[in-house]
Amino acid sequence: MAIVKNDSVIEQEWITVDAEGDLPASDENLIVPLARFKDQRDDLIGRNGGLGVQLNPGDAPEDLADDLDRLSIITVNFPAYTDGRGYSYGRVLRERMGFKGELRAIGDVLRDQVLYMHRCGFDSYDLNVDDETALTKVRAALKEMSVYYQPTGDGRMTAGSLRERRANATGKTF
Amino acid sequence: MYRYDDFDRQLVQERTEQFREQVKRRLAGDITEEQFRPLRLMNGVYLQLHAYMLRVAVPYGTLRADQLRELGGIARKYDKGYGHFTTRQNIQYNWPKLDEIPDALLDLANVEMHAIQTSGNCIRNTTTDQYAGAAADEIEDPRPYCELIRQWSTFHPEFTYLPRKFKIAVTGSPNDRAAVKVHDIGLRMHQNDAGETGFEVIVGGGLGRTPFVGKTVRDFIGKNDLFSYLEAILRVYNRFGRRDNKYKARIKILVHEEGVEEIQRLVEEEWAQIKDGSLRIGDDEIAQYIEQFAPPAFETLSDDDADFERHKAENRGFSNWVRSNVIEHKQPGYAIASVSLKPIGGIPGDATDVQMELVADLSEKYSFSDVRVTHEQNLVLPHVKKADLFALWTELDKANLGTANLGYVTDIIACPGLDYCALATARSIPLSQRISERFGDLDRQHDIGELKIKISGCINACGHHHVGHIGILGLDKRGKEFYQITLGGDASENASIGKIVGAGFSEAEVVDAIESLVTKYIDIRDAGERFIDTYRRVGTDPFKEVLYGDR
Repeated sequence: MAIVKNDSVIEQEWITVDAEGDLPASDENLIVPLARFKDQRDDLIGRNGGLGVQLNPGDAPEDLADDLDRLSIITVNFPAYTDGRGYSYGRVLRERMGFKGELRAIGDVLRDQVLYMHRCGFDSYDLNVDDETALTKVRAALKEMSVYYQPTGDGRMTAGSLRERRANATGKTF
Repeated sequence: MYRYDDFDRQLVQERTEQFREQVKRRLAGDITEEQFRPLRLMNGVYLQLHAYMLRVAVPYGTLRADQLRELGGIARKYDKGYGHFTTRQNIQYNWPKLDEIPDALLDLANVEMHAIQTSGNCIRNTTTDQYAGAAADEIEDPRPYCELIRQWSTFHPEFTYLPRKFKIAVTGSPNDRAAVKVHDIGLRMHQNDAGETGFEVIVGGGLGRTPFVGKTVRDFIGKNDLFSYLEAILRVYNRFGRRDNKYKARIKILVHEEGVEEIQRLVEEEWAQIKDGSLRIGDDEIAQYIEQFAPPAFETLSDDDADFERHKAENRGFSNWVRSNVIEHKQPGYAIASVSLKPIGGIPGDATDVQMELVADLSEKYSFSDVRVTHEQNLVLPHVKKADLFALWTELDKANLGTANLGYVTDIIACPGLDYCALATARSIPLSQRISERFGDLDRQHDIGELKIKISGCINACGHHHVGHIGILGLDKRGKEFYQITLGGDASENASIGKIVGAGFSEAEVVDAIESLVTKYIDIRDAGERFIDTYRRVGTDPFKEVLYGDR
């Protein structure tokens, strides 16, 4: 396993717990599933360590609306690469709800999905390969394409906006 | 017609390179067939019964002459000299070698074509009226909006791993030739009370195992809001569409299970949050796309052409072809000519390399280099001077492309079936050939009039049998093919799903069964009634009786 963020491999600094079971010491950085967060919210936000939430397919990111400022990280689980619900969660969290913390894709995260994830607001990727391979893959994936048609919240210029800019400069769009 | 600019070209080039790398990884054994599968599927490469199959996108069924010529060249270079036009207005090649597919894609890229999103659980090729920009009954040319949708949907980062594939169709005419009511999203252009043109949005239609006619979620959406409204629907589908069962994953099931009111509520709620954002399409941008599809340089002509009338009077073959294959154009003195890919006894939708090149040449000569592919698996030259029709037909006819049967009983839609397809349970092509031969006599076809037969070789319904006036579904019963007949399907603005008429027929019986249905219709029709009209008037019983008697 290797986590790639901002063009480098980063350490795993978070402990992820399941729906049940004991919580680690209060100063550990902790990620809990959304359902548990909703159940034990008051206890969880009173801890000393960092707090994150894991979204699974079927969860509603909207449930975190009142707590986004308290979360340093949200992980979105892709149990199979074919389950694309997490792409919508990413965009809703970033573009609609204004989440500024780390948004990490976990689960069946493959090279060929990384660019789409990035476009949907993800900034870290947990790949099931060694560090060097993960970094190589993410780097390659992020630069494979350079033309984008859809505006998302990722800051990339779309073909449409570049055409408009060109039209303003030259009077000719196409 | 839309021409790629540098952005479009670069995107396709990059995609072509990306796929070449992926094939290289596969051929080198770096990845398994299992790992390669999602990658090839994103690029239109299927593994069929005998070989890989490559499906090439023909966005909204519109081709330039140079593109069609290249499709012919690819058929010769990488296939066995033919290609198969599909119900998605695309073309597929049945015999390419995997190691050569990247080269074929490069050849395609050189004429601004590709295989992007011709498979996979993403937004597929947007289809439209094959007569767009030419039809006399059109409210507005739908192609600018199809091109906008093409761009919006290409590599959409959020909607590339949907629960299931997603198909959008647009019609700019009240006479729906694009089957919009049996699509995941159907867009019907019309004018609102304020006189603005926009779209009725129909959601949740579809064929397959569980056919549905789509339901209207919004009577009118303005052009500026097209992207945001589509994105709202897709987001609702991506989040809430079923993923537990592949056969219940299309949006039609979501609409059916939740009810259209609930879907409408979810979509409107989502849309309210994004409609004023960056997806809004400006009037200038719309105007630029309309300009891309500006009418060609038509001459000012009288609508009557004496030579055309004379040829019709003198040549029965020509007048027959005009009768079925030529329809009115919005521009006086011009006509829309359909090129049938359904020769009597032939394989529906197949065209040889030479035929494709010929139609490309003829489109340059007679139709402003514009060719269309229809979802009924024919080709169209949309802008032909009436004065040129005779010369056009003469050249088509020499190449076995002059068959006068558009909309008739031999103009059959058929899927590739068990001859090619890994999913099929029965053969479709040989059956369609036999039906075509049985009804081949042209006088008889004229007598029968419009009758749409559609054949699918399995319940996935690629041959659209649910919306055939007569639909035929090929199944497997203890190792033997048998065929189930449905009646009363219709893909037009009066869309309906056909009803199963009774027990299926063996391969030996089915053509006779079709013939007795047709004979019954002729016996009981009122003057001017098409098969579908008679069926709607009398219902299933009289037809059931000829098939099964008292059984």
